[in-house]
Amino acid sequence: MGLMRRFSNIFKAKASKTLDKYEDPRETLDYSYERTLEMLQKMRRAVADVATSRKRIELQAQQLQRSAAKLEGQAKQAVSQDREDLAREALTRRQAIATQLTDLQAQHDQLKAEEARMVEASQRLQAKVDSFRIRKETMKANYTAAEAQTKVNEAISGIGEEMGDVGLAMQRAEDKVAQMQARSGALDELMASGALDDASMSSDRLQAELDRGFAEPAVEAELARLRGELTGGSTTAKQLGAPGDDAAGAPAAPAPAEAPVEEERR
Amino acid sequence: MIVRISGEGQFEVPDGHVDELNRLDDDLTKAVDSGDDAQFRGALEALLASVRTVGQELPADWIGPSDLVLPSPDATIHEVREVLGDEGLIPG
Repeated sequence: MGLMRRFSNIFKAKASKTLDKYEDPRETLDYSYERTLEMLQKMRRAVADVATSRKRIELQAQQLQRSAAKLEGQAKQAVSQDREDLAREALTRRQAIATQLTDLQAQHDQLKAEEARMVEASQRLQAKVDSFRIRKETMKANYTAAEAQTKVNEAISGIGEEMGDVGLAMQRAEDKVAQMQARSGALDELMASGALDDASMSSDRLQAELDRGFAEPAVEAELARLRGELTGGSTTAKQLGAPGDDAAGAPAAPAPAEAPVEEERR
Repeated sequence: MIVRISGEGQFEVPDGHVDELNRLDDDLTKAVDSGDDAQFRGALEALLASVRTVGQELPADWIGPSDLVLPSPDATIHEVREVLGDEGLIPG
């Protein structure tokens, strides 16, 4: 048997289970109608779930984009300081973020498509629910004729098939959302661990090194100035004391420590 | 004949088109049996395109059973096998 026959039979089997539920087809009509209303509710919740999942991915992407921009700035800063090692580290991290962003974009597109499909499906279901509500009352009134009974069965099978189809779509969407949520959670953990840089965390060490890169030349210059004053200048105690006062005001610790060493050598 | 494309809606397809659908269905069945995803995708798309081209889409408020139900356009080979293997997958 071909695939489409097998596929169809499964749907038919489902629909006939609904038909067998009550002996009186009029009761089956009411039962089916209640089920479609429930299904419509479930469908709306499922659409909301997909939208929530999509928004979470959007937030993560924004966060990653901020991190990437920050790392880019740090890489530039590092290059301007001739710190190729730091620039390399910043760019490597940015690269890892770019990979994650590409992955997120793909997930986002998938969810967006899923959302659009579900919105369409719920609109179709809504149209059927409205039309079924009107028809079921007419059918119940005319139920006595054998022909009417056939129509009732047809309508119930039809609505049952629609429910099966919507149910299948919903299940697929739920599976996808669950999958995405697991991946989002994993990404959150990755960001929190600092393995993937999150702007506020592991880049601090990188930033500290870069800041030191700016501070160090100033400290070196101070040191050189002190050395110059000590070796080139007069050796009187009074003059020795003066640079010592200067060094105390210098930003780094090494300078004051240097002065006594110079003194000992003398 | 009424054909449903899962997740997409129902189409009225002229009875004279059945042979063509059966031919495309053979390709799809072979693809599912072989497990080749690219082949499956191509065969499914061909079958659905044929229904959409020849068939007339039924209005959303039309209520009635289909003679044939086809998998949705983005169904994977894995999903189709799951549905075929376990009818419990279809709620309703």
